[in-house]
Amino acid sequence: MGEHAFGQPLTRLEDDALLRGAGRFSDDRRLPNEARAVVLRSPHAHARIASLDATAAMRLPGVLAVLTGEDIAVDGPGPVISEINLPSFPKVRPPPGPVRKPEQPVLAQGRVRFVGEPVAMIVAETEDAARDAAEAIEIDYDVLPAVVDMSKAVSGDTAIWPEAPDNVAFEWHGGDPEATKAAFAKAAHVSRLTVVNNRISGAAVETRIALGVYDGRYTLTTGTQMPHGIKATLARMLKVEPGQVRVISEDVGGSFGLKNSLYVEHALVLWAAKRLGRPVRWVSDRAEAFSSDYAARDNLTTVELAMDADGRFLGLRVDTLAALGAYISPKGLTSPVNNSPAYAGVYRTPAIHVRVRGIFTNTVSTDVYRGAGRPEALYALERTVDAAARETGRDPIALRKLNLIQPSDLPLATPLGLNYDSGHFEQVLDRALAEARHKSYPARRDDSAVRGKLRGFGFAHLCERVAGGWSEGAELRIENGKATVYAGTMANGQGHHTFYAHLVAIKLGLKLEEIGFVQGDTDKIADGHGTGGSASLVLGGSALHGAIEEVIRKAKPQAAERLEAAEVDVEFDDGSFVVAGTDRRLPFSDLVKDLKVSGYHHFKPTNHTYPNGCHVAEVEIDPETGEIAIQRYLVVHDFGVILNPLLLKGQIDGGIAQGLGQALMERIVYGKDGQLLTGSLMDYQLPRAADFPPIDFVSCPTPAPSNPWGVKGCGEAGCAAAPPAVVNAVIDALQPYGVRHLDMPLTPEKVWRAMQGAR
Amino acid sequence: MYSFEYQKAGSVADAAKAATGEAKLVAGGMTLIPTLKLRLAQPSKLVDLGGLKDLVGIKAEGGGVTIGAMTTHAAVASSAEVKKAIPALAALAAGIGDPAVRNRGTIGGSVANNDPAADYPAACVALGATIVTSKRKITADDFFKGLFETALEEGEVITAISFPAPEKAAYMKFRNPASRYALVGVFVAKTKGGVRVAVTGAGEGGVFRKKSFEEALGKSFAGSALDGVKVDAKGLNSDIHASADYRAHLIKVMAKRAVDAAK
Ligand SMILES: Cc1cc2nc3c(=O)[nH]c(=O)nc-3n(C[C@H](O)[C@H](O)[C@H](O)COP(=O)(O)OP(=O)(O)OC[C@H]3O[C@@H](n4cnc5c(N)ncnc54)[C@H](O)[C@@H]3O)c2cc1C
Repeated sequence: MGEHAFGQPLTRLEDDALLRGAGRFSDDRRLPNEARAVVLRSPHAHARIASLDATAAMRLPGVLAVLTGEDIAVDGPGPVISEINLPSFPKVRPPPGPVRKPEQPVLAQGRVRFVGEPVAMIVAETEDAARDAAEAIEIDYDVLPAVVDMSKAVSGDTAIWPEAPDNVAFEWHGGDPEATKAAFAKAAHVSRLTVVNNRISGAAVETRIALGVYDGRYTLTTGTQMPHGIKATLARMLKVEPGQVRVISEDVGGSFGLKNSLYVEHALVLWAAKRLGRPVRWVSDRAEAFSSDYAARDNLTTVELAMDADGRFLGLRVDTLAALGAYISPKGLTSPVNNSPAYAGVYRTPAIHVRVRGIFTNTVSTDVYRGAGRPEALYALERTVDAAARETGRDPIALRKLNLIQPSDLPLATPLGLNYDSGHFEQVLDRALAEARHKSYPARRDDSAVRGKLRGFGFAHLCERVAGGWSEGAELRIENGKATVYAGTMANGQGHHTFYAHLVAIKLGLKLEEIGFVQGDTDKIADGHGTGGSASLVLGGSALHGAIEEVIRKAKPQAAERLEAAEVDVEFDDGSFVVAGTDRRLPFSDLVKDLKVSGYHHFKPTNHTYPNGCHVAEVEIDPETGEIAIQRYLVVHDFGVILNPLLLKGQIDGGIAQGLGQALMERIVYGKDGQLLTGSLMDYQLPRAADFPPIDFVSCPTPAPSNPWGVKGCGEAGCAAAPPAVVNAVIDALQPYGVRHLDMPLTPEKVWRAMQGAR
Repeated sequence: MYSFEYQKAGSVADAAKAATGEAKLVAGGMTLIPTLKLRLAQPSKLVDLGGLKDLVGIKAEGGGVTIGAMTTHAAVASSAEVKKAIPALAALAAGIGDPAVRNRGTIGGSVANNDPAADYPAACVALGATIVTSKRKITADDFFKGLFETALEEGEVITAISFPAPEKAAYMKFRNPASRYALVGVFVAKTKGGVRVAVTGAGEGGVFRKKSFEEALGKSFAGSALDGVKVDAKGLNSDIHASADYRAHLIKVMAKRAVDAAK
């Protein structure tokens, strides 16, 4: 055995530099002669720009340029457009109709449609000079009525776009409407629940930054998950060949989806850099982040679950209004529909019909956020199953058990087109209940009652589909005595360098410190999809597997020569070339200094992976104030084979923190007039470490059959499972008050009010 | 940030003279600097009290404490004198903001700023503190005038705040979940002159005394004495964090808890 193996809790190779302040974030790259850009944003949710006068601003000292919507026609970039088409799963009836996709100009042209919409970009010698100029721009707005509430938007009183008088951008259907209708006709009981999936912010600690350079080619430095995607989009917007654009991303201080898609500022700094012949830097501040970062979630969903007299699920019907914002962001069509297959969950529901309408509102656009639709679907599903159990006088555990997919059912084609290939859901559930000491729960509840507290036990059981939607490339180069991984994925805090190096170390027996890592430069990495959807280890890691195999193949002749054996007799085993049937071995590490080979592999998965698990939350409520304290949070999950339990735990904990944040605290609030009321961290509550107990994790793996390492992807499970688990627990605690449902976030006042209502 | 002149004050008199017109005093800067960064204020000059040693420190006097205006929240929180004379005041200071804020923010800055959700104003009012300035002494009841408004005149510098020791006191704070300021904070003090109850965070006009609580607690200093007392939501704040009703409810819950915890 080599020094490294699967299951080792390696600390991150990235940490040393990051902890010493030697990280390289976009704002650490400084170029000579930089100019500073500031974006002037709309203070109104909906208005006509009657006039805009920048003459006074242009005359201020240090001001280099003021770009407005009028300048676009001269030499400006093209609009931001929605890059995604609505998916047609195997069963989509009726087929998706046309999507109304209004284009977003990089700067407002005559009209603004949300608070924070870019109206002008000011470039100056210093940030202060640019801000002075921004204040000196005179704009007359004719304020128009705004609409922020989706239920009101569909009434059509206030149309944001003439082509969408009812503010509906699209209507999409998935599954089988007829079969579902027939299932409902046979039902002994139908449970119906309407839930809000609250709008929240990715709130990455590093705000968005864009540094544009033009030297005959465009170079953008920005923190992103998808350098190659941004490059392709920019080339189209700037009307140049893709080769004319380079995107560089170094350390990224968190993204969670919010730095996935292209933003107008990316194109604006490049445009300004070309006009001025100088590098142009734009840095978002926190207030700007709240008004201009693509927002997350924001769905209103009604779920109906049809059951027979024994409680067997017959059919599921889902109707969702998904807020898109005033414009459809580049990947804005993803979350509302793309992950609706998640509605199958871990259950044998034979018929499902999902209807989604995408709605325009006078708000910043929504885009993908950790889970991108799965958390939304799983929340609605797991809340509904709990509600159905209570309504029909059944135990939520028993109802789930009755309907769980069993290992003997696998492989299973689900009603929304997935092919579940692995998992033992009942075992996971049983293990979770045992680890959570469910049997002794009544004693804990009584103990809480003695202390005047209400206790609740809740759980969510889920199955995700991960990493099947695209492909990824990786290259391994051995040169100058060193191995270097060139990855198409792009880390934003997960520890990719560590996992790629770990895989190389395991296979080739090299030392971790000797394994280099390159990512995030479209000039250095030929092609890459980027990071998203819990897919980097599954796809990038599998691509690396192929690349390593190729390196071994190419190194073999040299190894055979050194071993003085015929190539056919040389095999590769546990980090060494060995002459079959002898004890003659040549460790790969001994060969490295003489090698110059590279292997490249593009991994295209044949199926998704299906990480699944059960999360248990136990909560205590202070009935006097409505405050919720989480007493226990336990995860029993099947993430397939585990490479590095420490990195895995980081993903679990971070995801759960975000999930609990959404469930209990976080929300973006717009006033009726479309003003943003949560414009800073003084009003937008982020979770803090002290808000949660330690999170317990038990691994209950089945290897994924669809990739060489057997891994399943772990990045989004936490934020998908935590909201239903904790809300189910709170509703359980509130049973003495007859509370059926509360919408997230479960603020103390909301909980307190629910208790008053019941009295 | 707009540009401004900077002056380091050599004495209180110096500071008082300089802090007129568009000039502004700066103490810990925890409130003022973010305001400047957001371009919400445009002072011509900042007069820094940072070097004035006489404004820093805590003295035990006549059973109570006198705290210099430039004393940080962290110093108050960890002061043996304060913990001995008025443990509730030390606990209040320990619950302000986060460590960075407590290590920089000062009692003088907090009291001068009179943020309607700040903690110190409740302590000052409930304990019957005296605000000592470069010109005069002002009772807490007369000092706090409304949202961000105080009795301070132009060029008047707070030098110290004197707190008489109560027989018993406690402060209970229900935090604004995002900002950590008081959504509702209730300071209850049993003093020689009677019971005083001050509420911060909740009132439309900033800190206020809750007279009906004072009366009830004057008869019997026990949380249960407040059971029958109604709290009207009129005049209380409603915002995205809490409605006036909920704040009214919390005033009573926090007051009862404070009474029961008073030491
Ligand atoms: C993240 C954060 C969280 C916070 N949480 C809380 C909290 O939970 N509870 C709470 O009570 N506060 C909180 N604060 C405010 C904090 O307590 C501030 O320190 C305080 O309000 C101001 O004190 P300062 O010394 O920083 O004053 P500065 O910011 O320097 O000045 C504030 C104002 O007071 C004036 N001033 C300062 N000193 C004097 C003086 N001696 N005489 C006359 N005028 C003077 C200044 O001119 C200015 O107008 C928080 C602040 C932050 C940034």
